[in-house]
Amino acid sequence: MNIESRSHLVGDGPLNTLRTLSTLPSGIVAMPSSDAALRQVLHGLPGIDQVGAQARAAALATRSIKTDAKLWAIDTAIRMVDLTTLEGADTPGKVRALCAKARRPDPLDPGVPAVAAVCVYPDLVAVARAELDGSPVAVASVATAFPSGRAAPAVKLADVASAVDGGADEIDMVIDRGAFLSGRYRQVYEEVRAVRAACGSAHLKVILETGELATLDNVSRAAWLAMLAGADFIKTSTGKVSPAATPPVALVMLSAVADFAAQTGRRVGVKVAGGVRTAKDAIRYLVLVRETAGQQWLTPESFRIGASSVLNDLLMQRSKQRTGVYAGPDYFTVD
Amino acid sequence: MAWDYAPAPESRDIVSIQREYGLFIDGQFQPAADGAKFATVNPATEEPLAVVADAGITDVDRAVRAARAALDRVWRRMPGRERAKYLYRIARILQERAREFAVLESLDNGKPIRESRDVDVPLAAAHFFYHAGWADKLEYAGFGQAPRPIGVAGQIIPWNFPLLMAAWKLAPALAAGNTCVLKPAATTPLSALLLAEVCRQADLPSGVVNVITGEGDTGAKLVTHPGIDKIAFTGSTEVGKEIRRAVAGTPKRLTLELGGKAANVVFADAPLDQAVEGIVNGIFFNQGHVCCAGSRLLVQESAADLVVDRLKRRIDTLRLGDPLDKNTDIGAINSAQQLDKIRTLSAAGEADGGVRWSPQCRLPERGYWFPPTVFTGVSQSHRIAREEIFGPVLSVLTFRTPEEAITKANNTPYGLSAGVWTEKGSRILWMAQRLRSGVVWANTYNRFDPASPFGGYRESGFGREGGRHGLEAYLDV
Repeated sequence: MNIESRSHLVGDGPLNTLRTLSTLPSGIVAMPSSDAALRQVLHGLPGIDQVGAQARAAALATRSIKTDAKLWAIDTAIRMVDLTTLEGADTPGKVRALCAKARRPDPLDPGVPAVAAVCVYPDLVAVARAELDGSPVAVASVATAFPSGRAAPAVKLADVASAVDGGADEIDMVIDRGAFLSGRYRQVYEEVRAVRAACGSAHLKVILETGELATLDNVSRAAWLAMLAGADFIKTSTGKVSPAATPPVALVMLSAVADFAAQTGRRVGVKVAGGVRTAKDAIRYLVLVRETAGQQWLTPESFRIGASSVLNDLLMQRSKQRTGVYAGPDYFTVD
Repeated sequence: MAWDYAPAPESRDIVSIQREYGLFIDGQFQPAADGAKFATVNPATEEPLAVVADAGITDVDRAVRAARAALDRVWRRMPGRERAKYLYRIARILQERAREFAVLESLDNGKPIRESRDVDVPLAAAHFFYHAGWADKLEYAGFGQAPRPIGVAGQIIPWNFPLLMAAWKLAPALAAGNTCVLKPAATTPLSALLLAEVCRQADLPSGVVNVITGEGDTGAKLVTHPGIDKIAFTGSTEVGKEIRRAVAGTPKRLTLELGGKAANVVFADAPLDQAVEGIVNGIFFNQGHVCCAGSRLLVQESAADLVVDRLKRRIDTLRLGDPLDKNTDIGAINSAQQLDKIRTLSAAGEADGGVRWSPQCRLPERGYWFPPTVFTGVSQSHRIAREEIFGPVLSVLTFRTPEEAITKANNTPYGLSAGVWTEKGSRILWMAQRLRSGVVWANTYNRFDPASPFGGYRESGFGREGGRHGLEAYLDV
């Protein structure tokens, strides 16, 4: 069913437009054919009140997670980490070290689960693939001219192809924020679809770079645009732009994936990236997930945390929770 | 694989509760002249917390005389900047002892610690800070060049925000140079008595603040006492009317902050998630024991199903239980009497044809509890759309046009507060001009600030508290 062809049925209110979406047969993704049609859908979404969203995120940040609930959250957060290195100075040696850490985060404690994935640039995918074969840890690669996304479409697709050829299980693409902010929604949509096709069996995470979208209304619209175009995950940020992930942004995205699932039956995941440094930050995001999207999202298949430094704080808090005392940072490996 | 939060109780030992409390008169705690006393219980468990003195006419008289003496001897002559110092000091001590106050308030009232900790206590301190700033600037408040205090204020406060209401009453009165006799509610006297101790800790001159505990008849004696110059009352409309009759024909000034049946108006173009939060916050904040609670949800009919579905999903996540648990969203009903009233009105809601819904939630076996409840299919003629329930019970009504929303919102004898939810700024202003209520919140609900005047009209009372306007109630203008 084509959204545009139904647009004559749609009233003025955004809720009506949403309702049109909800009448789509489940599992079928609409295929809007113009900027105007996409604009009608995206600008018909319910608005996000910035003050209210911030207040809700702040209220959920006061949840007090103790004892067993904390241990469960720490282990779950570890299993959700996309251990990331995205530096100009990355080398095969650095990636190999990261892979070793990913497989076994704490050499002293085999009870610590492996992380979800290792995330690297496309040219280092093969190195990570070789290191991680036979382990449950996935190889993720950024692509599409990460982090700016400023390259010709063919270059972006070639970037994706090289990562997929290297053996990446997951592709983290960036949207063209310039196109999005100038209202060329169709271009963004087509690009995500083309990358989705180029990914083959690899999972696609779509980075919205919410720090550049500025408003929560834009975050909500970009999230829907990415989901309609076939994203498996929507991801907050590249980590190269400040602000990166924030609780209000995550709140809006989690609400969007819950609505999308309710209306299409397809569960899209959420990844927060950048700015998650402590176990406390990570647990606060899990609380947001639990109380916004719901318990079903509390798995590595549906929620990820893109970070590097958070892992050691999770390990430290884990050992504190089990032994009652803090071990110094030197008891945890740097990579 | 469900993730449940482990219990996270705030420590009860932070506050030491005495077995018995006296009346705070002329800077001293003392028993009632006739030795009468009554118990206050923890509504979450029905365990007695303490025994407090029950003030009779002799005690009321002593308290009023002490306040008069302090007024003439020290407080009205003291320069404003000196009075300010005491108010600042009380505010700072409130902050320093915030956890104590929060735990005590949750124990005595039944409200979740999250609210007493994050709302009641910080706001109470903020009211003292704010009014401390006014104390030496009263000539700039717009009430003449040298505005004088009214005199001795008798202040009667309710049980829903015991400490915060005490702060709302005391801070402006003291800043303006009045002395006070404060009568806290019978079911929640403890935080006011701790505040009395704070006044002593701050070296506030004796008699400037007096706290007398007792039931309604103690309040009646205070109202009719000839030594009182001003009565400030927050509570039910029924009692407010009695008080107004009692002071008629006397020179006593009066301000009343009474009940409400506020409309929370949600348009189809509202920010949906935040509106749902606002509805929840509007009616379930403090178990709905809020005079300005958004107890009537008026939702545009074209969005009604969507909003109600989301609302129910959200209510499903509310956590009801131990008020001292830091993750509790809904605490206990304050008293058995109030619980009866909520039950009676809810039954009437069903009898009138409303459709009742509550989430699956287990209520504790002991204590006074009522689940968050939503009535759909309510119309203006139903009792639950007209009478104040003062509990966690929401009535959902629909409207078609902005004009209809205004007509329905204003179709109540009350006029305390209202909420408007729409992304259209012009409509917010259009609504605010037409809603007959003292407070209109736009895209938010139950937000309070000491700089913002609060109060109602018609059967919700008169007079304002907070802001420059609130000073008028305590100045001889």
